[in-house]
Amino acid sequence: MATETATRRTGSSRSAGASANGTTARKNWFGGAFGWLWLLIVLIPIYWIVITSFKSSAGYFGTNPLLPSGSPTLDNYKLVLENDFARYFANSVIVTVGATIPAVLISFMAAFAIVRGAGRWLKAVNALFLMGLAIPLQATIIPIYLIIIKSGMYNSLGAIILPSIAFAIPLTVLILSNFVRDVPNELFEAMRMDGSSEWGTMWRLAFPLTRPALVTVTIYQGLQIWNGFLLPLIFTDRADLRVLPLALWTFQGQYSVNIPAVLASVVLTTLPILVLYIVGRRQLLSGLTAGFSK
Amino acid sequence: MTPSAHTSTGRLGWLVLPALLFFVVFAVVPLIGVFVLSFTSWDGIGAISFTGLKSWTAVLTDPGLPHALWVTFLIIVLSWIAQTPLSILLGVFISGHQKYRAVLAVLFFLPLLLSAAAVSIAYKALLDPNFGLGPGLKLGFLTQDWLGKSALAMGVVIFIIAWQWIPFHSLIYQGAIRQIPTSMYEAAQIDGAGRVRQFFSITLPQLKNTMITSSTLMIVGSLTTFDLIFVLTGGGPNDATRALALDMYLTGFRANQMGLASAIAVILVVVGLILAQVLQRLGGKERNSQLEGA
Repeated sequence: MATETATRRTGSSRSAGASANGTTARKNWFGGAFGWLWLLIVLIPIYWIVITSFKSSAGYFGTNPLLPSGSPTLDNYKLVLENDFARYFANSVIVTVGATIPAVLISFMAAFAIVRGAGRWLKAVNALFLMGLAIPLQATIIPIYLIIIKSGMYNSLGAIILPSIAFAIPLTVLILSNFVRDVPNELFEAMRMDGSSEWGTMWRLAFPLTRPALVTVTIYQGLQIWNGFLLPLIFTDRADLRVLPLALWTFQGQYSVNIPAVLASVVLTTLPILVLYIVGRRQLLSGLTAGFSK
Repeated sequence: MTPSAHTSTGRLGWLVLPALLFFVVFAVVPLIGVFVLSFTSWDGIGAISFTGLKSWTAVLTDPGLPHALWVTFLIIVLSWIAQTPLSILLGVFISGHQKYRAVLAVLFFLPLLLSAAAVSIAYKALLDPNFGLGPGLKLGFLTQDWLGKSALAMGVVIFIIAWQWIPFHSLIYQGAIRQIPTSMYEAAQIDGAGRVRQFFSITLPQLKNTMITSSTLMIVGSLTTFDLIFVLTGGGPNDATRALALDMYLTGFRANQMGLASAIAVILVVVGLILAQVLQRLGGKERNSQLEGA
């Protein structure tokens, strides 16, 4: 078993590093042309959103939509920021951090137990989590609504946080257990020889070695929760509890005639996540490709 | 006293408890709950009363159900057809070693950062028949009542799903393509296989597992598409985009018929389980061992 794991690791790392030639060395005109075309399709709407958000209402109706305004204005941003943007932003941060971190930590513990433990109990729990992948958990929203109301949690950020944690568990456990399984058994044996408890082994050996996967699932689930719409829509109706996507939707209702202002709010709600993306881009891209193509 | 593998691992069961607790309270119990609630009548606020099969007869005889199933089926199939070939093509392209590959990977990722609410709001403005991109640039083919005609509105939904998610799936494929051993391509080259031949007899078969992962994410995503349609069309025009998940929300939380909505939710669960079974069959044995093997 131990050697099997070891060979699998070297095998995969060898093939991972070996793509320098082979399929992709020669020019791929067809793929290339399509790649650039798709880039245009991706970028034109984003470019249009950004330049329009700096136009005045009059400028929006009068000018070529793909040319930036000759006299850009920040009025739209001012309008959005004056409309409690900071509060919605804070709500989004609380919900996202409050749900993602616990979800990843408890999923990691579960993944460690599922890989390192044994017995029917753990097998059954793993099967249960895997079943969660197949079931659209949205379908359970009505009973959860009932639970939230009966427990007096309606109109609290906790009402968004707790179900978000549960919904994140199946995929997170699956990806993390795939990675923990790749930790060579010799390392676990060595830790045991040194007298480390399983708890210590989990945090001091498996946790750091699973880091790429932990980064992947943290970002993926964080993004899902940050952009989540259904849970906030159903479990809160107070303006001061709005998270950004919900605030965006209500703002659109209020200012539907002022398209540049609506688009400024789109930019503002996306900006924080864009900044994070720029900071963590390398980790994110390598983590995603490793985490999902395993 | 060297602890055997068994005694030390047998104690790990408790590590899954936190994840299990969340999952049971917010997924397993609600799953049973939604089934029970489908035999009741509840307006979301007042008392819950058992009404037997009433909700089920109402839902199953309502022409709205086959329609919602048909819309959901269309979204799943069309968005799969739109996304899969293009994602593979782009994946092959960006797995190459072109200079600009890194730039592409950065820019391709942008649509994923926007919430479905933000994307829908932006596209609504972009496609406006009076003030959107088409009339602004005086482009006749872009100047249509995109969200006012059934077939066009469905097309826009499929397009936006593809716009947002093709970059993600092409990244997954890129990761998988890089793990294909170079030796396979070298051998094929010696045998005189051309580029196209190599793609169909090496790349595509090697991507089987990735295709299943990617398709599973696509299908579950399409099945549960809610915020995109809710914000973009609200299910219209004439219910043309009223998919199952939206139908459940509108029935339960807008029309206050939680019993009917629960029956729709149960149907959503059944569809999800059927699709998961089909995908697992397609995946075959190899996939099973990856999911279940410890």
